[in-house]
Amino acid sequence: MSNTQKQPADVPPEEIFRIENLTMAYGDYVVMRDLNFTVGRGEIFFIMGGSGCGKSTLLRHMIGLIKPAKGTIFFRGKNFSDAPEKEKIEMLRQFGVLYQGGALWSSMTLAENVSLPLREFSNVSEREAADIVDLKLSLVGLNGFGSFYPSEISGGMCKRAGLARAIALDPLVLFFDEPSAGLDPVSSHRLDELIVQMRDSLGATIVVVSHELASIFDIADRAIFLDTATKTQAAIGSPKDLLNSGNKDVRVFLNRGVDPRAEKESVL
Amino acid sequence: MFGFKTVKSDAAKPRVDAEAVFSVDCGRAVLRLSGVWLVSRNRTPTDEVLRRISSEIDSLSFDTSELKVFDSALVSLLFKCYESCSQFGVDFDFESLPDGLRNLLRLAVAVPEADASKKGSDSFNIINRLGTHAIKAVDSFAERCGFVGEVSIAAVKAVFGKARFRGCDLLSVIQASGPEALPIVALISFLVGLILAFVGAIQLAKYGSEIFVADLVGIAMCREMGAIMVGIVMSGRTGAAFAAELGSMKVNEEISAFRTFGISPIEFLVFPRILALVLMFPLLTIFADVIGMLGGFVIGSGMFDISYDQYVNRTLTALNIVQISTGIGKSLVFGIIVAGIGCNMGLRCENSSAGVGMATTSSVVQSITWIIVADAIFAVIFTIFDI
Repeated sequence: MSNTQKQPADVPPEEIFRIENLTMAYGDYVVMRDLNFTVGRGEIFFIMGGSGCGKSTLLRHMIGLIKPAKGTIFFRGKNFSDAPEKEKIEMLRQFGVLYQGGALWSSMTLAENVSLPLREFSNVSEREAADIVDLKLSLVGLNGFGSFYPSEISGGMCKRAGLARAIALDPLVLFFDEPSAGLDPVSSHRLDELIVQMRDSLGATIVVVSHELASIFDIADRAIFLDTATKTQAAIGSPKDLLNSGNKDVRVFLNRGVDPRAEKESVL
Repeated sequence: MFGFKTVKSDAAKPRVDAEAVFSVDCGRAVLRLSGVWLVSRNRTPTDEVLRRISSEIDSLSFDTSELKVFDSALVSLLFKCYESCSQFGVDFDFESLPDGLRNLLRLAVAVPEADASKKGSDSFNIINRLGTHAIKAVDSFAERCGFVGEVSIAAVKAVFGKARFRGCDLLSVIQASGPEALPIVALISFLVGLILAFVGAIQLAKYGSEIFVADLVGIAMCREMGAIMVGIVMSGRTGAAFAAELGSMKVNEEISAFRTFGISPIEFLVFPRILALVLMFPLLTIFADVIGMLGGFVIGSGMFDISYDQYVNRTLTALNIVQISTGIGKSLVFGIIVAGIGCNMGLRCENSSAGVGMATTSSVVQSITWIIVADAIFAVIFTIFDI
């Protein structure tokens, strides 16, 4: 089912992403500055922070939709942010992205959405492509919906179909932009399970933008916290470490607005 | 959320207007608030109160014993007072406020004002603006050059059979922009032919040469009006549809999804649309020419008793292959203009529904403008080469 070899035995555990001194800006307005972190192979890495802090913007930098104002993003040791177009496209083919609303191509059916990347970038036959489409749609609980258009299904279903498309090529890195927003608790939990499965069985590296605390504590290996006030990363580490972080904003965030170290003092 | 609040339950009594009395005693200021404070009812004396807050007072507390009803009018006054107090280092006494007011105010002041929210509020600076506009203009020009370049690359790839787009997409665009456009193109060109014949024939009748109306309508339709009318109708119909379609695809991140799969949206979405219009425009133009001449014939035969044979013969004498092909040649260029501008505007659309609207509007305006400009350039070229 995989068209790219996932974990060759001779490659030691490597860092998939290295972000160096990244500054993100829209025109003159700086969103975040001096971000430095790495994402290792097979890691489930969360990007969290309050709304409007630049989580999704960081994700859009990592998938090459926005160029950094300053700093560099390395993908498997190669400069990703300044790579020439051809090399960049090669790198992009190892990514799968689930956008906030699913971003399905509205003029195509779900099956066509999932099969388009397969047809474009692999040499599978029509028959094999159809089988893979069935499998991917089943994985997200949408078996039998292949002939539906995105406008004919609900928002949550669009999102799941978007995930099916993102995993169509068994990508090396999977990006999720607010995966559980708009999903019911059961689907949301199922999605978490699927994320872990993608990592465990296919060795994918997962980068998730989310502020869903349940997911963060359930499945995150490491997380980075972006702080709006200081406009830079406030903390990075495993969710448990972050609970006792030296930074008050991080503790407050992970405890739903209450700082456990100052129990008497309410945040508001 | 916090509609009307009654502090005291004597709302049945005649209402007293809002009143704020500021008194200072040894640096301790007290603001006595009384009456009814409603946004819809009276003017809030914000400026009068704020003028009194200065570094000369130490603390500001409130007397609300006479306060009857309030809504956001009062809360916003207090919020401004709080900001002013923190600016002058005056103690703001939250405790003297009733519970409801205090809690709302605490929520409002919980998060300090961000620098970002003052965006663009700096005073008018002409050099700054000029610079910003210049940078934008250069960026937009570079972006357009990039667009033209990418489309050209896609076209070259298509010639070698390597372009990535779906044949069924091309066919559906052809269907929408060709056969489905026939009725409106027919109506418009019939009327244009009719108008040309009517205006022309009245003048020609003065010299008794009504028969030349066939020449006039034939040449005008084939050389100019057919192609231009198709261009204008299609820029409002299909060009706008392209802009809206690609614009909403951009808003839904569908375009981003193409890019992150390493598929060029220009190749996949724009090129088939341009190709479809390039294929359809000449056909639509020939159709418009014929229908326009039909319109001319209706006037000719109806008003001036020109027979069918006479009209057709005159038309065939007047027209030659050069006349017809100049119109068709122009329509190819108009097709590229309409599809190119429509798609380009769609891809440049801002990420909002208002953005889609603006992209659609400017696609129509620019397409029509460029069609007329291109037609003028053609006129000059044809005159120089005596075509």
